[in-house]
Amino acid sequence: MSLQELYQEVIVDHSKSPRNFGKIDRASHAEGYNPLCGDKVDVYVKLDGNRVKEISFKGNGCAISTASASLMTEFAKLKTIEEVRKVSDEFQSMITHEDYEPHMDIGKLAVFQGVREFPTRVKCATLAWHTLKSALKGREEIVSTE
Amino acid sequence: MLGTTRIIQSSDKPDLFSFKNIRLDFPILEEKVHGKQLVYLDSAATTQKPRVVIDTLRDYYEKCNSNVHRAVHYLGEKATRGYESSRKSIAQFINAEDVREIVFTRGTTESVNLVASSYGRTFLKPGDEVLISYLEHHSNIVPWQIVCNQTGAQLKVAPINDQGEIILEEFKKLLSPKTKIVSIAQVSNALGTINPLEKMIPMAHDVGAVVLVDGAQAASHMSVDVQKLGCDFYAFSGHKIYGPTGIGVLYGKAHLLEKMPPYHGGGEMILSVTFEKTTYNEIPYKFEAGTPNIAGAFGMQAALKYVSGIGLDNIAAYESGLLQYATLKLSRIPGLKLIGTAKNKACVLSFTLEGIHPHDIGTILDREGVAIRTGHHCAMPVMQRFGVPATARVSLGIYNNREDIDIFVEALLKVGEIFR
Ligand SMILES: Cc1ncc(COP(=O)(O)O)c(C=O)c1O
Repeated sequence: MSLQELYQEVIVDHSKSPRNFGKIDRASHAEGYNPLCGDKVDVYVKLDGNRVKEISFKGNGCAISTASASLMTEFAKLKTIEEVRKVSDEFQSMITHEDYEPHMDIGKLAVFQGVREFPTRVKCATLAWHTLKSALKGREEIVSTE
Repeated sequence: MLGTTRIIQSSDKPDLFSFKNIRLDFPILEEKVHGKQLVYLDSAATTQKPRVVIDTLRDYYEKCNSNVHRAVHYLGEKATRGYESSRKSIAQFINAEDVREIVFTRGTTESVNLVASSYGRTFLKPGDEVLISYLEHHSNIVPWQIVCNQTGAQLKVAPINDQGEIILEEFKKLLSPKTKIVSIAQVSNALGTINPLEKMIPMAHDVGAVVLVDGAQAASHMSVDVQKLGCDFYAFSGHKIYGPTGIGVLYGKAHLLEKMPPYHGGGEMILSVTFEKTTYNEIPYKFEAGTPNIAGAFGMQAALKYVSGIGLDNIAAYESGLLQYATLKLSRIPGLKLIGTAKNKACVLSFTLEGIHPHDIGTILDREGVAIRTGHHCAMPVMQRFGVPATARVSLGIYNNREDIDIFVEALLKVGEIFR
């Protein structure tokens, strides 16, 4: 596994110019923290019924965690909570299971496959997703990767 | 073993070590990482071990293994002799007056906790103060927070300036007759700052405080003389001075150790036990409950002998040259900012690269075989002080050379390429 496969163009691009970056007022919100590297991410979601109407994030993190949060928000917009959950599980299994077999098409999110080969970076990629899950539950608490 | 011709003379660099030879003493430096030659730049986290230390550990288990202070048999006596001989070497190494002032611990963390629990809980009262600094490692913060919570004492923190140096006037202002304990690192692990203990310790003593020095990052870089320093306690770890993990030292002045209650209860630390009354053993055994890390003590002695053979003053001079070289090389990298630019610094370079998170730097360098540390370095208050969530940190040891730094700088340029 080469560095280029980890730091794919899409990842570098999203880390440098994250999409949906910023705070949404009066949204459900959760805060994620990775004490190992100090990465912090805030995820904001507004629902319309069981569908994500608006989503954004704010934070301070490495390229992997920033790009992951950015691509996640792009993906989750206008999806149902159920769809988001499913993809979140698929994403998690893609970057943690060595013998991962795709169950569904997760589009651009597949660029994170390489993270699997960098065990110290798995938590960077999953932090935003854990935080989103928590925001969807409407719980105001700090999600920690540890 | 140490070679005989360690020092070579050359016209422009007198007394430069032949570090080519020193590197041969460290088997791990032969390792390849991701197909590249390992360049180890994380000695502040833990140093690599010379072959003499590794051999000593193996020899101990092959030829000597036995419990200490308990057996009449041959091996028990041999293990006890070695264990106590190590204590003696440690006393000499830091110039303690009395070998009874050397307590074996698991490391610096346990040494600080021992003082905080035993001395702190016994002698701190509500309204008393404990003074530390912004530079401290979490292991010199949290034990004091715990004991302050338990006793009603207050924790005070001396601020640092933009270079990462403790502001002496502020330190002095925070001292008062309420200050009962001052606990300060000799060298900061996050920034490399060498603190002016020769000024700070007398100031603390002037108000009647006892002083603990966290020497975890200092003992491998400079010669330590606890009597000259005048500190009351000194803590350091074997694994940061080319010795094994799981062994460390608490030096404490005998009259203080004597009035402190035991830290842990168990075997070894008693003279007699009945259910009505237990008589504690003498110092230092009073603080060494249970079977200690005997192999670790042997390994630590080998490590101290090894570094003493090279000479701490030689090490300090060599490393200072390396630090200068590395600082110059790093200062030429666009977007690189050094965090911690104290006038008096040990071989630690903490930095950030504009627009690139330290964690990414660490991963990319790792693929080039270069091991550095990234994160908050167990010193989150320092990170907050400089307004960064994390830094990348290069820390050097006796086996590093200019070529290592060149390879590191080369690898850093790759980071820029990936994030272009
Ligand atoms: C300044 C300082 N103090 C204390 C410690 C804790 O040492 P240990 O983990 O060996 O107990 C460290 C280790 O990183 C350190 O750098």
